[in-house]
Amino acid sequence: MMTNKTLKTGRMREWLRADTPDSAFQAWSGRAYLGLLRFMKNRLAVLGLLIIVALIVIAVLAPVIAPYDPVETDIGNRLQPLSFTHYLGTDEMGRDIFSRIVFGSRLTLYIISLVAIIAAPVGILVGTVAGYFGGIVDTVLMRITDIFLAFPKLILALAFVSALGPGIENAVIAISITSWPPYARIARAETITIRNCDFIKAVRLQGAGALRIITGHIMPLCLPSLIIRVTLDMAGIILTAAGLGFLGLGAQPPTPEWGAMTAGGRTYIIDHWWLISMPGTAIFIVSLAFNLLGDGLREVLDPRSDN
Amino acid sequence: MSEPLTRTRLIRTLNQTIRILLMLATTFLGLLLITFLIGRIVPIDPVLAVVGDKASPQVYEKARIAMGLHLPLWKQFLIYIGNVVTGDFGTSVLTANPVIDDILRVFPATFELAITATIMGILSGIPLGIFSAVKQGSFFDHVTRVIGLFGYSLPIFWLGLLALMFFYVRLDLLPGPGRVDLFYEGIVTPVTGILMIDSIIAGEWEIFRNAVYHLILPASLLGYYSMAYLSRMTRSFMIEQLRQEYILTARVKGVKEWKVIWGHALGNCAIPLITVIALSFGSLLEGSVLTETVFAWPGLGLYLTNSLLNADMNAVLGSTIVVGAIFLGVNLFSDVLYKVMDPRAR
Repeated sequence: MMTNKTLKTGRMREWLRADTPDSAFQAWSGRAYLGLLRFMKNRLAVLGLLIIVALIVIAVLAPVIAPYDPVETDIGNRLQPLSFTHYLGTDEMGRDIFSRIVFGSRLTLYIISLVAIIAAPVGILVGTVAGYFGGIVDTVLMRITDIFLAFPKLILALAFVSALGPGIENAVIAISITSWPPYARIARAETITIRNCDFIKAVRLQGAGALRIITGHIMPLCLPSLIIRVTLDMAGIILTAAGLGFLGLGAQPPTPEWGAMTAGGRTYIIDHWWLISMPGTAIFIVSLAFNLLGDGLREVLDPRSDN
Repeated sequence: MSEPLTRTRLIRTLNQTIRILLMLATTFLGLLLITFLIGRIVPIDPVLAVVGDKASPQVYEKARIAMGLHLPLWKQFLIYIGNVVTGDFGTSVLTANPVIDDILRVFPATFELAITATIMGILSGIPLGIFSAVKQGSFFDHVTRVIGLFGYSLPIFWLGLLALMFFYVRLDLLPGPGRVDLFYEGIVTPVTGILMIDSIIAGEWEIFRNAVYHLILPASLLGYYSMAYLSRMTRSFMIEQLRQEYILTARVKGVKEWKVIWGHALGNCAIPLITVIALSFGSLLEGSVLTETVFAWPGLGLYLTNSLLNADMNAVLGSTIVVGAIFLGVNLFSDVLYKVMDPRAR
């Protein structure tokens, strides 16, 4: 049984590492396998990935993991230090901080996935269109992109939130509006290198229109570098969202958003250190995880870092 | 050098200058368009805010015309550009002052903070980056990378609060929030607005010392973020330079190692480093919004957040424009410096 299994994995590895793959699928799997090996060698990146997986699991299972309701107040038990009944203590309203942090993971995931879903497609669309058509389209689109790039993100996001009003959805919109320009830049650069390749010419000769070429043939090739960039940006997005929450412009109380929780604990900084320490630690761990993962992905997927 | 050659060079320089200025102008116009549109989408009716909701339709209409809101949007935008260019950002609802006066009053505090932090960042980040590039893969290199990585991951407002908790509340080593102790406030007449300089001018050494103590914590906080960024960039620039063949040539010729590193390699990193420093100064302005809120530092960032929380739109948009303009100015400065210093970029 045992030998059979090792034999099987051995053959599998051989198939993956074949010098002359028989099919496109084999070639693709082989490349993915080598990439995976490289990624696994980067211990810190794997650690980052594990933390993010843990975050997702915690967010999904929040009601099971959290021992208390995250918004239920219990004035009789306010400002309790860490104990076995309240692992991370309670806040000024007697809410269990551990439960709030567990439920806060949902908000963090909600924010970063929404920003990625809004900003990345906008960026990739603007970038590929500008890069493919060139000329005046390119100039105009890139000028707009540069205008957004030229200004500090947080300040611009603050201005947008002030107009839209505080709230988590508006914070997401504001962060998205300020996040897409780098993606457009990357997508454009990729498109320019691809657009004159022979395979694009071949598709064009077969009668494919611009829309088909851009969406079917250029966009998929822009994805890897875009994914790295989005992953690297996640940490920044988390920090910006937490900053907005801290300023009282993001999630509104009693929502257990980590930045807003830190702001709530400010008043109690002198005698009750756990109120600000705990949510901040959560923000730090998650953004660190995204930074580690992003660095690892860049090393694997960026051909320039090959040596 | 022959006559026609210098002339073509002059024309080329002129052309480039015009191009840069044009780009700058369109970018600034773009910013104004954004702030103008933000001012439009605010759900607060600006006319109602002035006349109150009990005003008759006639009064309302009169006020609307007086405020120029009956004009087509593009005309309103042109008027807006004219106002901003002449320094008229409207009146702050919160302070009842013209926004530009408020900004001019609070900006020196932010400048004092940001420039101190930048200097701290340069003095610590660049040597750290150089050492870790030279000793690539060593323990020192790993520690530097971790310090840098933390700088990218720690929420600045949180680190600020922790620093206050530790150095002010627990150890009582450094003073708490604010620019000076309450006791000293308003004694020195502002000349430059930068308290450290003003107190020297006034000969108030006690206040100078107090101001420096107050500056240490927020400036180190911002300086840490600047250091994280600068050390990372310096490291990668240096590694790239140290791989080049001229470094090998210099070593073979017997040039001393410290001269190879601090002279040859660093010299060639100087130009990209200037751009990076300019960028980091810009991001410090951004970081100062949160830092000033934590430390109750009466600068532009605190002014901006106070205005935000009170829906004082003129003040918010005015501050946004000013920060954006500074950002543009800093970028332009680094661009020009780049062109002056690097003969290849001419």
